[in-house]
Amino acid sequence: MMEISAAVFLAGIASSAAPLILAALGETLTEKAGVINLSLDGAILLSAMAGFVVAARTGSMVVGFAAAAGTGMLATLVLVVISIYLGQSQVAVGFALTFLCRDLAYFLGAPFARTAGPQLSIVPVPILADLPIIGPVFFQHSLIVYTSFIAIPLLWFFIYRTPQGLVLRCVGENPEACWARGIQPRKIQTIYTLLGGALIGLAGAAFSLAIKPGWGRPQGCEGMGWIALALVIFGGWHPLKVAFGAYLFGFLQMSGIFLQDIFPSIPAQIFQVAPFPLMIFTLVLVHLGRDNKGRKFFLLRLLSGDPPDALGKNYRQV
Amino acid sequence: MIQLVNIHKTFGKVKALQGVNLHVRPGSIHGIIGENGAGKSTLMKILTGFIARTSGSILLDGREVALKTPEAARKLGIGMLYQEPLDFPKLSVLDNFMAAAADTNPQRQAEIITRLSNKFGFTLNPSSRQGKLTVGERQQVELMRLIRDQCRILILDEPTTGISGEQQKLLFGTLRRLRDEGKAIILVSHKLAEIHSLCDRVTILRHGKPAGEQEKPFNEEQLLQAMFAALPTRSSRPPRRTPGKPILTMEEVSTTAGRVGLDRINTTIHEGEIVGLAGLDGSGQSIFLQMAYGLLSPEQGRVSLPDADVEDVMRVFLPADRLGKGLIAGLTVREHQLLAGATPFFIHSGCGRDETKKAINTFSIIGTPDTMAEGLSGGNQQRLLLSLIPPQARLILLEHPTRGLDLQSGRWTWHYLRSHLPDNGAIIFASPELDDIMEQADRVLVFYNGAIILDRPTDQTGYREVSRAITGRV
Repeated sequence: MMEISAAVFLAGIASSAAPLILAALGETLTEKAGVINLSLDGAILLSAMAGFVVAARTGSMVVGFAAAAGTGMLATLVLVVISIYLGQSQVAVGFALTFLCRDLAYFLGAPFARTAGPQLSIVPVPILADLPIIGPVFFQHSLIVYTSFIAIPLLWFFIYRTPQGLVLRCVGENPEACWARGIQPRKIQTIYTLLGGALIGLAGAAFSLAIKPGWGRPQGCEGMGWIALALVIFGGWHPLKVAFGAYLFGFLQMSGIFLQDIFPSIPAQIFQVAPFPLMIFTLVLVHLGRDNKGRKFFLLRLLSGDPPDALGKNYRQV
Repeated sequence: MIQLVNIHKTFGKVKALQGVNLHVRPGSIHGIIGENGAGKSTLMKILTGFIARTSGSILLDGREVALKTPEAARKLGIGMLYQEPLDFPKLSVLDNFMAAAADTNPQRQAEIITRLSNKFGFTLNPSSRQGKLTVGERQQVELMRLIRDQCRILILDEPTTGISGEQQKLLFGTLRRLRDEGKAIILVSHKLAEIHSLCDRVTILRHGKPAGEQEKPFNEEQLLQAMFAALPTRSSRPPRRTPGKPILTMEEVSTTAGRVGLDRINTTIHEGEIVGLAGLDGSGQSIFLQMAYGLLSPEQGRVSLPDADVEDVMRVFLPADRLGKGLIAGLTVREHQLLAGATPFFIHSGCGRDETKKAINTFSIIGTPDTMAEGLSGGNQQRLLLSLIPPQARLILLEHPTRGLDLQSGRWTWHYLRSHLPDNGAIIFASPELDDIMEQADRVLVFYNGAIILDRPTDQTGYREVSRAITGRV
């Protein structure tokens, strides 16, 4: 009995963290290029709506996810044009954009609220799914959860082991030095901001078509964008640590649900809210790893990471 | 090999370059010298495609080239080593070396680093972090990168700033070898010693115009004259005050702040003295002033105000960055006056209006009490700053006091400062204009690499000795 519930618990973490991982990895990609995209909370909601509506209308999951990815890219295109090319503050544009996207999602999505829609089915991996514990934890999920698994090492490899990844990191560190070497920083930033947007869009559809299926107000994914943003900082702009953070958050959320059953006398709200302050607490711990005292502790040192030097600064190309 | 013909460059109304010609031959080291602001960096940025020229043509092997972007320059084999390392401090040496390279195989690139390091005698570990290296080593990485990219024309902008003597020897050896291999090397410098030991030919720039060209062996006298304009005769200057008691002393003061830091400064400033700090930009003058004001504390040694036990010695500092560090953008002239004086409990629109109008008249500030600080021109910002100096100030520290002022305002500024300096006060100022120092100061301190290498009363020295000292020759 204990064995089954542990597997259910871990499988729950793996699937509930999937959209967070996609969004946080997308944001990592964007920020590695030196661009802060603050619009993701709204963009997730907008693409969740778009994905749900398109999938419901066309009856095709693939088209639904593609529409969501496209919506995410479209939202970040605003940031690309206004910030990267017209030089306006990334923070201001991102903030305005997140609220615009949110309201747009509720407005355009209103006719479809609480209507029946499709849900991504579970695709067990043959043979592997039958393994005890490992099977249910890793191999009995929907395709989008597998995507989140694969995305983590893939992104790490891309950023740290390919020439394109090197250029990406260079642009985030020192766009002027890149320009001097014949790289066009704004072009690189545009590419990765849009790619990040696509991943954010997929995260939206992962919510509305798989993890919290359906569309309504509230959808249930509100606030997750901000968590994803915090996770990028938590993970020190490193995809593996960012993913670790997403699973930690998933763990805190699942713990809340389980503990609620064990301690029915404690108000349910405490367990629902607890992950957020705990996340802030871990952020503080991570930050301690950045000063000299904190560096003495192995775990803190492991978690620490520096932001790209040019993060949030618009590069004026002559 | 490369020829620049009649290059002009204007930034708005400012003429940065006017009709510059340059002809660099393969297998030679060509020096470009000139004062700060002579247009050397602008010329080099045009050559590397960083900025576009306003007019003129660039010929490479006799064919005209556009050079619109650094990418274009790179393809033509033009590479530049920037004064401040333009690299990626957080990445490894290998990553820095590979960034934007045509071939990005880590093994092959690491081998190239080893091979080139051995050839030139560098000791570099490809896996160490670029930011942990010294400036000289970061330069070596960049230099090897340019060599790997088959640059035929290498431009070096003040390459010996902030590097050790050992690294300098290594660098010079490398440059000579590259020259012998047939590369064209352009060396931008204001240090005559470097020019002498390396260059085959030198072009002098002054105020954006060509001011002469010389073939080896160089005539130092003529070089200096071309660099610093015709050495003018001293105009009538106000009589020197007799120095009184010490007002500021520095004993063995050292620091690593700034580009070159300060290196064992020993000096005493007396009441009644006007002291000019000369030297190339960033040779320690600014750090000296900040130290004298108390913005920085020395890592070693002692800064003291002998009078401070008896009474408070009021110090005033007018930094070169007037709007950034001296004034507050977004506040009006009147609000600045109010901040400097006694502020009333409530500030209504009439507060300080009369005093401000008086100050505007006395200091001939072109503006109204309600003009924002950033709405004033550079010269008027300086006048506003002067008007804020309290009369009881005894140690007045100024960085580039006449920058952006025309001759008339400059004279007026000095007249004002002199006539309002109390008998027991002193002025210390840094200026890139040698004329300013020779005319206004009673005493000159010349900074070179963070050390004072010359300390003379101005009436016992001349342009020749001071300008030699500025370039590191005593």
